[in-house]
Amino acid sequence: MRSHLLNLVVFSGLVSTVFATLLRETTRERLRFGLMAFAAFVLSTLVIGWLTNPFPR
Amino acid sequence: MSETSAASAARDSSRTVAAGLMAWVWPGLGHLFLARRGKGLVLMGSILALFVMGVLMDSRLQLHLGIEDPLALLFSAAQMGIGAPYVLARLLGYEAGLVTSPTYEYGNTFTAVAGLLNILVLLDALDTARGVRGK
Repeated sequence: MRSHLLNLVVFSGLVSTVFATLLRETTRERLRFGLMAFAAFVLSTLVIGWLTNPFPR
Repeated sequence: MSETSAASAARDSSRTVAAGLMAWVWPGLGHLFLARRGKGLVLMGSILALFVMGVLMDSRLQLHLGIEDPLALLFSAAQMGIGAPYVLARLLGYEAGLVTSPTYEYGNTFTAVAGLLNILVLLDALDTARGVRGK
């Protein structure tokens, strides 16, 4: 799996699933929390990646 | 304390220890033991998927116990948090990893995070066994 984006999406999805399962009790709450955590993982990584783009080293 | 409540406390205590041990040995097994079937299966699938993908991405699973390199010790401890799958992967010959692989660092991150997540799962299983947490 050499795609950076695919690695990010898979990693974020699995970690968000574990957090949502552990931290929320009902299916609805878990789904909501998991999607929010997933979005936060992916978006924050993309934003940080974009901000650090001018500093490759 | 009456004899009945002492026996009940001892049974609860051994149940908590058993759940904690199972949760560490195999991700999700502690929750399955506590009859939290759905939760256990989701945790097992997610954490094992993370670990297996990490191993297949050429992660190194080197056992490091010395204190001369504290970061390597912490990294090794994080990976060992997943329990039996770590031992199994080493026995199957995946301990060396491949440092020249483009996915080596990703693999290391996947396996270490899988182990750390399993420690959280272990703590949740202990809380569930004690009755601190609900479903």
